[in-house]
Amino acid sequence: MASVEAQASGSGQREPNHGMRIFIISLVLGVIFDALFWFLLSPHMPPGTMTSAAASEQFDINVLAAIAIPVMIFIFVYFGYALTVWRRRPGDDTDGPALHGNARVQTTWITVTSAIVLFLAGFGTYELIVPQGAGAGEGPAPIWTPPGAKLTVAQQIAPWTPGQVLVIQVIGQQWKFSYRYPQFGGFETSALVIPDHTWVQFDVTSIDVIHSFWAYQLGVKADANPGVDNVAFAKTDQLGKITVRCDELCGLWHGAMFDYGKVVPVSEFQSWASSSRVELASITKLLPPYATTYNPTVIPLFRLGPVVKKLGLFGAGGGYYPPQDPQQP
Amino acid sequence: MAIETEPGTLQHPGGGEPTGAKDTRAWWQRPAIHTGVLGAVIGYLVGYYLGRAISANYQQISTSDAHDIAIVLGFLFLVIGWLVGLGVFNDLLRHMAGRPMPDTEKTNGDAAGVARYFRVTLDHKVVGIQYLIGMIIYFCTAGLLAMGIRTELLSPVHHVFSSSTYIELVGEHGTMMMMLMTSVILGPFGNYLIPLMIGSKRVAFPRVEALSFWLTPAAFLILLAAIPLGGFHMGWTGYPTLSVQDTSGADAYAFAFGLMGISMVLAGFNILVTVICYRAPGMRWSRLPMFVWGILGTSVMMTLAAPILSGGMYMLLTDRTVQTAFFTDNLGGSTYLFQNLFWFFGHPEVYILALPGFGIVNEILPVFTRKPLFAYKVAAAGMVGVALLSFFVWQHHLFDSGINPNMRPLFMLTTEMISIPTGFIFLVGMGTLWKAKIRFSVPMLFALALFFNFLIGGVSGVFVSDTGADTTEHGSFFVMAHFHYTIMGGLIFAFMGGCYYWLPKMMGIKLNEKLGKWHFWLMFLAFNSTFLPLFAVGWLGQPRRVFEYALRLQGLNDWVSISSYVLGFSILLFVINFVWSTVVTRDRETGNPWDARGLEWQVPSPPPVHNFEHIPVVLSGPYEYGDPDAPPVADLNPPVGVLVGALASAETEESEA
Ligand code: HEM
Ligand SMILES: [Cu+2]
Repeated sequence: MASVEAQASGSGQREPNHGMRIFIISLVLGVIFDALFWFLLSPHMPPGTMTSAAASEQFDINVLAAIAIPVMIFIFVYFGYALTVWRRRPGDDTDGPALHGNARVQTTWITVTSAIVLFLAGFGTYELIVPQGAGAGEGPAPIWTPPGAKLTVAQQIAPWTPGQVLVIQVIGQQWKFSYRYPQFGGFETSALVIPDHTWVQFDVTSIDVIHSFWAYQLGVKADANPGVDNVAFAKTDQLGKITVRCDELCGLWHGAMFDYGKVVPVSEFQSWASSSRVELASITKLLPPYATTYNPTVIPLFRLGPVVKKLGLFGAGGGYYPPQDPQQP
Repeated sequence: MAIETEPGTLQHPGGGEPTGAKDTRAWWQRPAIHTGVLGAVIGYLVGYYLGRAISANYQQISTSDAHDIAIVLGFLFLVIGWLVGLGVFNDLLRHMAGRPMPDTEKTNGDAAGVARYFRVTLDHKVVGIQYLIGMIIYFCTAGLLAMGIRTELLSPVHHVFSSSTYIELVGEHGTMMMMLMTSVILGPFGNYLIPLMIGSKRVAFPRVEALSFWLTPAAFLILLAAIPLGGFHMGWTGYPTLSVQDTSGADAYAFAFGLMGISMVLAGFNILVTVICYRAPGMRWSRLPMFVWGILGTSVMMTLAAPILSGGMYMLLTDRTVQTAFFTDNLGGSTYLFQNLFWFFGHPEVYILALPGFGIVNEILPVFTRKPLFAYKVAAAGMVGVALLSFFVWQHHLFDSGINPNMRPLFMLTTEMISIPTGFIFLVGMGTLWKAKIRFSVPMLFALALFFNFLIGGVSGVFVSDTGADTTEHGSFFVMAHFHYTIMGGLIFAFMGGCYYWLPKMMGIKLNEKLGKWHFWLMFLAFNSTFLPLFAVGWLGQPRRVFEYALRLQGLNDWVSISSYVLGFSILLFVINFVWSTVVTRDRETGNPWDARGLEWQVPSPPPVHNFEHIPVVLSGPYEYGDPDAPPVADLNPPVGVLVGALASAETEESEA
């Protein structure tokens, strides 16, 4: 753009240095807005800091926003400036300068955008691997795992002691999530209770259509596919309430497929788990043995009646389909 | 590869022979829309009967989905009947029977009346207008469905619709928009203007082009037929297992979407070949208007991606009817297979919805800034770059699905890399504004709005491409807001800009400027007020496709719903303006109202049947504003024999460059 300046300076009146003005205005505004964002807004950005995964997602969103704000401000300022300064004056029917390009501007633009993009990709990769998959479903054989992750059924059913990775199996069915605790005898319940300061391993699966387990405050999201064990990790850091929503359209009552859970102190969790284990023992007997996935077509329907009633899974209508291609209601 | 000489027949669309007979039958005796409808009805009944007859003999099938076979065969024969009725195959049969083709010049020329718009035609300009009207109808229908969605979301607890109807509305709206809006710019403006812009009298495959249009009403109506068939309840993405289990409406979804895939391939292929082979002498790649580059990129993506869609939909149909198990996990198939197929098409698709818009704004900016396009080569590279990269990003839709989790860094990289060529478009736009003489006519306002909207859409795209941040955003209203910003804010704004800019060319009629300004400002403000809050709604935890949401989000949702009504009203203003200006006032505009240099503006408006009297010789690029020494764009009456010479000199210059 510098060459145009030279060209235009012949017009008698001295041209102001537009580029410098735009740069300074956007620099000032960019710094102000970035500071405002970082100090006022960023601690409150979603999804909060209840777990390691949530905190890392919040950090990602904040870093991306901190980069995006000055970029957007620069472009808005440029457009605002251009539209006010370079509008056609009434009566002026001449053309603008015949400017076909500017090698320096083009190279700078391409270099800067490429640098930002490559940095973002590197940053994103780091932020995916280091926080152990950042709460996203990592499929049946996760490679970014916390120490002590329990990847085989044998490891998953061994009794739990505080400090170990807690395994929770999330089972999606139309239109309800239920949770199985294999380290406590494999009882299944519709309550999601998690101890504080613990690495949690979610083994997400479905027994009918595709759902997605989204525990908002935990920063965990993993699709529940029938026949697939989709694993996600998060380490709890704070007590509090959790909202769980289904995040993949799963039929008529998808919109009503939500529930709440909570993060509680370790001792409270232990007493809850052991009492539930005893309370639900008669049902646990009827359940298929704990496995990473279940094939809905081989579970005998008659065994499920009492389970379904006890767990209150009426919405699922029993959940398990006969082997023939079933018809949606 | 461009045209070298001017052989008469080559430039005569459809290979008609001057000796051929002229069609003198009355309108109702010639194949047109009414015979098409008749064919469709007969076809459906025949197909339905056949399906019933076939499936009755198979125990396994008749106990589960007997009906589906009949319905799908019904649709298939409906389409065939529709095309036969329209006379799509007449020329083919004539050719096979060795009878002479009718003289296309006469058939096109005599049909100056409205009737030609209801017929299969070989004139790309008629097809363009057919597409234009069709697209406006499709867009408004799908837009009305969106109003329905927003009405339901006014309250988290009181329901206007049943949960079933609500999901149907979301799916119908999404599918209709996504399948038909692929052609919202390529159809009308691409087909109409590209031959004019590259200096050709015709398109490469006029019958293919006409067929691509006449498939769209069939796809549209079949998609709507899903409603009486019980609707479909799996959104526009149609993932199995849900879509395999769904009621018969899902047959209509899969059939219509697959059919539209075929229309996309045909439309794209025709334009691809036209641009490569039918450029006038001197229309070098470095002089190609940016709109042509944009449509070229779109055509490449359509031709390569849409077959995957049609294939996937076909597999879904066989799963639903004859009980194959491509997508059933415990029978050896995989639901992941469908997700891969769908998004391998689906991601190029969203750029199919972006590039034409970029093309239009790059065309509009130089005219209303009175400056050359800044960094022409960068702009072209941006278009090509987006088109190529778009094939390598599809799994970013599946970050949380458990497919290839270890490939996520790669897909994050490719996705973010797309913002580099997209950024080129901003560089070009901003460079063109530098020291310009901006005229704020309505087309320019829409072009500028695209930059505003697309900036927000693009930046939010970086947020969802980051796997970590996407864990929170995936499947939420954040994503919903993001893609409406790029598609509605990009594509549809560009389409509106294109209407105001090119209607004087296409119809010889200028849309009312004052109403246009009202339309623009209302649409711009209402659009942003509708979709900006949805980013927050998504971040606060509202998933897509739900009819019940958290009570604390009601305020934001109500704001959005009310804004969306205003947005709907602004679209109504456009329709009113369109009808008012083209039917009632008919403000004639035959010249070059924007004083534009583009080749399409050098012929009268609307252009004569054969566009150019002679193949023009292109002398300079379309954007040489502000350069008093620049030669005119083209010589429209090149002296005999000059064509060969012009071509030779063009070739030497090209090899020097
Ligand atoms: C007239 C302005 C528009 C409005 C007010 C609007 C509004 C909406 C709403 C409310 C939803 C449902 C969100 C949900 O519950 O998940 C939706 C979904 C969608 N819209 Fe639009 N929309 C508009 C234009 C468009 C356009 C122009 C396109 C694309 C060409 C489009 C494509 C989609 C898609 C693909 C979905 C997702 C459907 C699904 O989840 O299966 N919309 N829109
Ligand atoms: Cu669900």
